[in-house]
Amino acid sequence: MRLAVRVTRTVVAALALPVALLALWWILTADSESYYLPPLSEILAGLDDVWLRSDRLSADVLPSLLRLSGGFLLAVLLGVSLGVAIGSSRRLRAFCEPVLEFLRAIPPPVLVPVLMLFAGIGDTMKVLVILSGCLWPILLNTVEGVRAVDEVLVETARCYGVRGPARLWHLVVRSASPQIVTGMRQGLSIGIILMVISEMFAASNGLGFSIIQFQRTFAVTEMWTGILLLGLLGFLLATLMRLFERRVLNWYFGLRQAQRGGSR
Amino acid sequence: MSAMSQTQTEAGPRTEVLLDVRAVRKVYEGRGRSVEAVRDLTFAVARGDLVCVVGPSGAGKTTLLKCIAGLLAPTSGEVVLEGESVDGPPPGMAVVFQEYGRSLFPWMTVRKNVELPLKQKKLPKARRAELVGQALDAVGLGDVHGAYPWQLSGGMQQRVAIARAIAYEPHILLMDEPFAAVDAQTRADLEDLVRSLWQRLGVTTLFVTHDIDEAVYLGQRVLVLSSSPTVVLDDVAVDLPAQRDQLTTRSSARFTELRGHVFAQIQRAKKHSGASVVE
Repeated sequence: MRLAVRVTRTVVAALALPVALLALWWILTADSESYYLPPLSEILAGLDDVWLRSDRLSADVLPSLLRLSGGFLLAVLLGVSLGVAIGSSRRLRAFCEPVLEFLRAIPPPVLVPVLMLFAGIGDTMKVLVILSGCLWPILLNTVEGVRAVDEVLVETARCYGVRGPARLWHLVVRSASPQIVTGMRQGLSIGIILMVISEMFAASNGLGFSIIQFQRTFAVTEMWTGILLLGLLGFLLATLMRLFERRVLNWYFGLRQAQRGGSR
Repeated sequence: MSAMSQTQTEAGPRTEVLLDVRAVRKVYEGRGRSVEAVRDLTFAVARGDLVCVVGPSGAGKTTLLKCIAGLLAPTSGEVVLEGESVDGPPPGMAVVFQEYGRSLFPWMTVRKNVELPLKQKKLPKARRAELVGQALDAVGLGDVHGAYPWQLSGGMQQRVAIARAIAYEPHILLMDEPFAAVDAQTRADLEDLVRSLWQRLGVTTLFVTHDIDEAVYLGQRVLVLSSSPTVVLDDVAVDLPAQRDQLTTRSSARFTELRGHVFAQIQRAKKHSGASVVE
């Protein structure tokens, strides 16, 4: 009973602001005459028509998601392995740090024209653009996490013969996992932005392509549905990320709570 | 076994030297200046011994322990374990650190923590499960296999660290002020646990502490260190009965006498470093 009350309260608290904003949007645009700002009721009706009752889910949304996951997963793989290597070696870090700072400072969208020259305008280019943006937060956070591995834990592992791949996984990566996950979360939101941008430049399908296409053909309601869908997609991905985080970092949240004196 | 032991060990059939610390000296090189932490440490530990090392704070106890554990290379001298010179953590050695909260893997359950070193030893699964079960039972934690270290009290966490050490089946067990950070009641329990494990398993133990009472209560021998740069000031044989308990042993006349003797040495140690004692 009390649990039910608490759950209800949490859900209400989480939904209150989105519902209020949507209501405000609905009311303010209810009798909008503006061509560029159609009523929300029309947009919501369009959402169903444009995306669900057509093949756009498989023709546009799916390719976008595949590019995003390809670029993101490559960035995780590359960022974590490079980050572990750079974080473990002081010499390598001193060697790489200036270059990393330089590369990180380049806004990834400006790479799109350059990458188009090398990788064409196909999926490879888009995956590379997403990769080039997601990589830095993951890489740099991994480096910080690896550097912060507890000295006592390092000595413990040495004493008990934990070395090689077991050391990398059980000591280094697990210990850096809170920072790695933080990097992944930052990388994911950058990845979504780059997914859209890369599709706006040169593409024949995808969410970003569709939105630009609608805008150019003055299909304003359809354009708004695309933007709304992007927002929903971002929210969904963020929720998935949070579920992943809770699963992987369960120990970390428990440990932090115990250190604050909340343990048994 | 190469060297002869120069130290007297308790009378008995087992006098084989397991650990031989020979003229170990450690100088930390800093920027432009060097600090001599350990001047000259020489002692031997016989197989099956329980030796306590006690010294004033800052006596280089941790430096010594790290040299023995192969975590730190001595500037000169050598540490010989079972006839072999130590130049990295030797396989037959287990260490219990003072910082229990930082020496257990917080992302692993208690069982996994104890099991990890055994996996590295490539022991088969059934044998690992057996050792983990026995070790956790021996430290009185048979019912928390699935808990995470941070869900346990400090004393229980240190028990897990001890279980991990004995499950490893070491030839020698090093303990670096393991009970310095737990409350007095827990500390007494853990001291009795170490005594009883040592008696049951017969594992050679080197126990570093700054607590004189603890050193006399636990050890068969107490090595008294000077302050830094460190030398061995005294090697006291503790001739208390093998069966000890917190109440009667600690109130016995002999205990008080030994304690007083070590205390006087420590007081001397505070005033004298290796520099003034040797010269």
